[in-house]
Amino acid sequence: MGMQAFLDIFDIYLLEAVINGILLGGVLALLALGLNLIFGVIDVTWICYAELVMIGMYAMYFMVQVYGISYFIAAPLTVLLVAMLGAALHYLVIAPLLTAPPINQLLATGGVLFVLQSFATVAFGIDFRNLGIRLPVLSFGDMNFSYARLLSFLAALVGMVAVYLFMTRTFTGTAIRAISQDRQIMALMGVDTRRIYLITSAIGGGLAGLAACLLVLQYDVHPFVGLSFGPITFLICVLGGLGNFIGGFIAAFVFAEIISLGGLFSDLEWGYVLAFAFFIVMMFIRPAGLLARRR
Amino acid sequence: MLELRAVNAGYGTFQALFDVDLDVKAGEAVGVIGPNGAGKTTLMRVISGLIRPSRGSIKMEGVDVVATPPHKIVSLGIAHVPENRRLFPQLSVDDNLKMGAFMKEARDHYAERLEVVFDLFPRLKERRHQMAGTMSGGEQQMCAIGRALMSNPKLLLLDEPSAGLAPVVVQQVFELVKRIRASGLTVLIVEQNVQQVLKVVDRAYLIEAGTIRASGTSAEMLASDTVKEAYLGV
Repeated sequence: MGMQAFLDIFDIYLLEAVINGILLGGVLALLALGLNLIFGVIDVTWICYAELVMIGMYAMYFMVQVYGISYFIAAPLTVLLVAMLGAALHYLVIAPLLTAPPINQLLATGGVLFVLQSFATVAFGIDFRNLGIRLPVLSFGDMNFSYARLLSFLAALVGMVAVYLFMTRTFTGTAIRAISQDRQIMALMGVDTRRIYLITSAIGGGLAGLAACLLVLQYDVHPFVGLSFGPITFLICVLGGLGNFIGGFIAAFVFAEIISLGGLFSDLEWGYVLAFAFFIVMMFIRPAGLLARRR
Repeated sequence: MLELRAVNAGYGTFQALFDVDLDVKAGEAVGVIGPNGAGKTTLMRVISGLIRPSRGSIKMEGVDVVATPPHKIVSLGIAHVPENRRLFPQLSVDDNLKMGAFMKEARDHYAERLEVVFDLFPRLKERRHQMAGTMSGGEQQMCAIGRALMSNPKLLLLDEPSAGLAPVVVQQVFELVKRIRASGLTVLIVEQNVQQVLKVVDRAYLIEAGTIRASGTSAEMLASDTVKEAYLGV
């Protein structure tokens, strides 16, 4: 009888961990989508991607906590702000380096990473800050889910669906998908590639902004918060195959489940260790990513 | 309609075109023939703005093409079907056609144009959801021409439409060119298949080593000794 009770509880925790993994996966998939979009379309990697999220989190903090603006008004403003930041990053840093060797582009965006971190440190200090919003915890039977996670998951899903519809239904979205397949002939279609790059960068930034609005519900913001999800976002993109949207989506949930389930059996930190170990093993088995075609 | 005067163009230090003069009048079909590497493709690319001339003038209905940004040239009514088709292989046929109607003026008439293109190529309608890269060469050529027609051009530039296709399909492609002509479109076509192309065009230019060597009506070109010896194998 004692054994049975143990199993019952165990299963509930397992289910809870699986569901929490899915909820985490939503936000990770959103982050991965933004990075994949930039890489797939412009063929550059924004090393500073998570730092854009950090700036967005600060924007949320200041608007909501310091100036008392409602969360739901601050959120779209933050998305807009980070979208503009993404466009500015492209215009000022990437565009002049478009034909430069990839290593130079990498170093330049890496430089922006340090600039943004240092800027945040100088401007905002190294204190951990949060919105001061404590969302309730939802209980289903014996399982507990944070309302913030549920909300984040749904919002991330809505964001991804919106991007999907934009990419498949509109002329501009179709051009964004076409451009990486043949950059040279885009002019024959009447497409100004510079404009498409700028729009793509704004969308990538906007996704980072949306992620910021969601992450700030669950995590404190500080100048180095980008380090807690920047590396994992890169791993997800590489595991899914850089530039492969669907691969990135799947990889995000695979990673989230490993982290969540790993955390169930020991500490959350071990979940991350497990995820990274899984990544290393996968890089030997499928070096071009989960969905890469076999040669 | 189209007027090239003393056009010089090339890639880096390599010059591919030397003082090329060429005219295409409205409603005409004009061919450009010549050996591999003569500058035929460069000629097409310089007209549609993929490369810029180093000297000379290009005018489309009096508008200076050289001063027009490359992505605006299609708005002048010039649609270019590039060599090797250059479809977006991982986009569906529908999406490829959509790209052809990207510019503002074409977007507004997207549905009508789609109907015109599907009318001309019923096969494309059957395959509209298929990835363009998975179709046969002939179907891909249809898709490439269809994509160019989506912009409702006045002048269609065709670069080697028969290249890499099976003989039967080559026949079909030239049939198609005839039909496009009959619809009133002006056509400038570059071909190595001299015998075939001279059957569908009114006039032709012979280009060799980047220079126009001869020009005349199809009949004149067919009768010309230079053309006969070098290209018709007679």
